[in-house]
Amino acid sequence: MTSIAPVPRLVEQFERGLDAPICLTWELTYACNLACVHCLSSSGKRDPRELSTAQCKAVIDELERMGVFYVNIGGGEPTIRPDFWELVDYATEHHVGVKFSTNGVRITPEVADRLAASDYVDVQISLDGATAEVNDAVRGPGSFDMAIRALENLANAGFADAKISVVVTRHNVGQLDDFTALADRYGATLRITRLRPSGRGADVWDELHPTAAQQVELYNWLVAKGDRVLTGDSFFHLAGLGAPGALAGLNMCGAGRVVCLIDPVGDVYACPFAIHDRFLAGNIVSDGSFDNVWKNSALFTQLRQPQSAGACGSCGHYDACRGGCMAAKFFTGLPLDGPDPECVEGYGAPALAAARDKPRPGADHSRGTPIMLTLQRPPAKPCNESPV
Amino acid sequence: MTAHTVGVAFDPTRTWRLHPQVAVRPEPFGALLYHFGTRKLSFLKNRTILAVVESLDEHPTVASALAAAGVDPDHQAPYLHALSVLVASNMLVRKETP
Repeated sequence: MTSIAPVPRLVEQFERGLDAPICLTWELTYACNLACVHCLSSSGKRDPRELSTAQCKAVIDELERMGVFYVNIGGGEPTIRPDFWELVDYATEHHVGVKFSTNGVRITPEVADRLAASDYVDVQISLDGATAEVNDAVRGPGSFDMAIRALENLANAGFADAKISVVVTRHNVGQLDDFTALADRYGATLRITRLRPSGRGADVWDELHPTAAQQVELYNWLVAKGDRVLTGDSFFHLAGLGAPGALAGLNMCGAGRVVCLIDPVGDVYACPFAIHDRFLAGNIVSDGSFDNVWKNSALFTQLRQPQSAGACGSCGHYDACRGGCMAAKFFTGLPLDGPDPECVEGYGAPALAAARDKPRPGADHSRGTPIMLTLQRPPAKPCNESPV
Repeated sequence: MTAHTVGVAFDPTRTWRLHPQVAVRPEPFGALLYHFGTRKLSFLKNRTILAVVESLDEHPTVASALAAAGVDPDHQAPYLHALSVLVASNMLVRKETP
């Protein structure tokens, strides 16, 4: 970042919103071959109202006009949409770069070759454990091997710098160095993000989110080694654990200000972790265009106003964490103008212990009954298993 | 994938230009830069540095680009630093003389 004259801090300018998002997440389908216990979009079955190929291309045209550099495509599993590659090609031909998240199911050697030939496509392979035991307990049997096979195919095709995308949980927080080693092995970069209680994540957050001691461990790891790791600024709620600026990145909530989510049916939400009517800004079809929703929706206008610090106003860390993540508060049943459930001062803990009314996710596309977590904690590393 | 030359020294007596894979989006605060090759985002924090960056390739030296954008010779240091950061992240590359 470049620094020149004394102008308002970039964070403050971003909090007032931009004419177009810096980047946005676009979930192309709710269909998924997996059924991860913490899926933030409760994906599984396709929604019959999902945008058509023509509608998706119109969105890309609009993003090009708005100057959006790239979209983070996700789902569901986006690659199982029959027109997925057609849409990727259309986006890159129209100067909209693509980063897509996948569990690896369609990353065959042929697809990997094709991806390696493009300068405008980036691939993120989701992996929530550095071992099959830890990963598959959350993402389902066989999902670790599938992701590793995808990484191997990409590396063999000469695709440089794929991303390994990890949601940090109580069970994998001890594996951060192992994830780094895994990334190094495949010439990839590690990306770690915060577990949110969104979608099916609401059902497992209590038992999967890192403990207070693990949060400190995570923070220290990020400060020591974070320059090689992408975080999507998702750990800004931990900023109060150290000196201002110790955590790399902007560390602000960009919801409705510099980021947003377009879901498979064209609904626009403030962020990917906020699929609920409370954070629904509009619909790109019924409201005419994405540009109109971004610029004129009542929700986004409100989010771009100065926010109340509420119960956090008297806390010395408020400037650092800004009260934390609104989606994390909302889906754990905490007030939006109070502390984050994972507040580093521990102010979230009493609120979590009290009676709370957790809202249900807005849309549930899960297939059948969700796979429940195994109650027994899997070993973090093979060698942690007692040999006796 | 494009291989990126790293460790290029910033020599302000040369002509520089934006990397061909860098997209610029002007903003009220300055501009956003996005490099499609490295997939890195950078911020230009005022409109003057934006004008400098966009006109670098029309000037034989960085000093003349700064002067043309109205930067006082006594206040070039922060601009030179900003440009060196952009060179280090491969946002700016040398304009090769034909």
